[in-house]
Amino acid sequence: MSHQTIELKNVSKTYMRDSLEIPVLSNISLTVPEGEFLALMGPSGSGKTTLLNLIAGIDRPDKKGSNRNPYVNQIIVHGTDLGTLGESALAAWRSRHMGFIFQFYNLLPVLTAYENVELPLLLTKLSRKEKREHVEAALNLVGLADRMQHYPKQLSGGQEQRVAIARAVVSDPTIIVADEPTGDLDKVSAAEIMTLLERLKSEYKKTIVMVTHDPRAAEKAHKVMHLEKGELSS
Amino acid sequence: MRIPLIYSIRNLLTRKLTAFLTILGIALVVFVFSAVLMLAYGVKRTLVATGYEENVIMLRKGSDNELPSNFPRDIANLVRTLPQIATGQNGKPIASNEVVTIINLLKIGTNDMGNVTVRGVSPEAMELRPAVQLTEGRMFAFGSREVIVGSSINSRFRGAKLGQTLKIGGDEWRIAGIFEADGSGFESEVWGDAEQVMQTLNRLSTFSSMTVRLNHKGDFDALQDAMDRDRRFQQIRIEREKEYYERQSQLMATFIRILGLVVTIIFSAGAMIGAMITMYASVANRTVEIGTLRALGFKRRSVLATFLLESIFLSLVGGLVGLLIASGLQFFTISTINFGTVAELAFSFSLSLDIALWALAFSVIMGVIGGFLPAARAARLDIVTALRAS
Repeated sequence: MSHQTIELKNVSKTYMRDSLEIPVLSNISLTVPEGEFLALMGPSGSGKTTLLNLIAGIDRPDKKGSNRNPYVNQIIVHGTDLGTLGESALAAWRSRHMGFIFQFYNLLPVLTAYENVELPLLLTKLSRKEKREHVEAALNLVGLADRMQHYPKQLSGGQEQRVAIARAVVSDPTIIVADEPTGDLDKVSAAEIMTLLERLKSEYKKTIVMVTHDPRAAEKAHKVMHLEKGELSS
Repeated sequence: MRIPLIYSIRNLLTRKLTAFLTILGIALVVFVFSAVLMLAYGVKRTLVATGYEENVIMLRKGSDNELPSNFPRDIANLVRTLPQIATGQNGKPIASNEVVTIINLLKIGTNDMGNVTVRGVSPEAMELRPAVQLTEGRMFAFGSREVIVGSSINSRFRGAKLGQTLKIGGDEWRIAGIFEADGSGFESEVWGDAEQVMQTLNRLSTFSSMTVRLNHKGDFDALQDAMDRDRRFQQIRIEREKEYYERQSQLMATFIRILGLVVTIIFSAGAMIGAMITMYASVANRTVEIGTLRALGFKRRSVLATFLLESIFLSLVGGLVGLLIASGLQFFTISTINFGTVAELAFSFSLSLDIALWALAFSVIMGVIGGFLPAARAARLDIVTALRAS
């Protein structure tokens, strides 16, 4: 296996809106080495989130190209060609390898912080005790061990995002994808979140791909790439 | 692999009003459903309780019940000689020649007339049906124009109190006593001396039926054989008393059940649509959550199961509430004309384990049907589209 954790080969993505074809990404090739913290920047509608979704395995690129070039529209993440996985297998793959951080945190409002963080572990075979240990460790990492029994609405935005980060790391995934993680936060909270992401990279050797508008957030990343009109540039 | 049930339940709790209304709708349907079955079961139980295992009723062939039946006196005397028939304390066979007729009485609190069964019996009738117990007054005197009145008649009809008189066949009959009979159909009857009733009806040679006690309940076949062999009994049909009364209940119980079930099914369509609307709203409100769960790796079928369980949980709670309310009906007694005998019969709503299980199963079915389409929609959502909804 290569040390490239993420490899995209000539990936295109076109959306159909009614009968209209809207190209979002065209012929993108990208490699992200293991342990890298990559920031994707670009104007709205440039396809950043679509690219992130493709890497995360929640969206699919256009159909494979002609036989002449079988490497078109291929996405290999952590050694797995995502195009070969069926839907259920892809779901199982996501639960093992992907941690998700969303702009609006996407915590389930009816579950406590503890239960939200525990969610990804429900897909594992860990014992109840092991699950508890993992959840507590993850919440400790984000500094919210004392808020375990709080519901999302009892937390501030920054705290909610920290719970979401705990949820993203609790199952120890290889890669973390973050879509505008500071987009809904004030400066202080945003800085806290970025410090956390940096720690995940440096201390826990996670590969992180982050989409952001925020130049301050991008500064924390080790590599910044720009996406414009569906094309990628460093 | 499953999304925790607590997620579904807490979601229902966040939408208390819609959840409550949905539960109410389902509770109403289950209430009607249970009530109908309880009614049908009540009729059956009352009539079945009327019969005894060891007793055999004899009617003229071709008569479905006692009213049109003619039972000659000489045959009755002959039956008493058969060895399968039990002997009472006085050394006589336990057998009652009975004559049945119907009189009209005014119901208390209305101007409606009701049909009341009058049963003329032999002295052995009380030994034949030990459940019949006097609660007021005394037994009527044989050879006199006196009657005893069943408790349901006593409480529902005018002029049926102790010491009052009833008009049967143009004569005045004094009420000597009131009796109970374990809630069975006999409580809806008036009993007098068979010979006196026959006289007043100008019906001298034939009774309506005869009921006898077997030595042992297994002697039924032997009695049947003995009577089949004797040509003099060829006009007579015998039947276990319990089965006879069960048959009398069937027409009525079936009618109630069918009518009730048709009504319930129509109602249930409404309740299911209610549940469906609630669940569609629930799916629409939680689109982003569904997208998130799917992104985290939960499969489509987990999402389907979650919403289906939520719907089933709603309707099961509704079912329990409906059943609970319906169980309160057991304290009510109602009275209506029994189709089998065209006479007034008082009976109670009666709940059985079977009915409870059917009612709950019915509520679960409503939950599954009402919840399936919304749950399927939730499961079919595209992750990216769902995450984008806000």
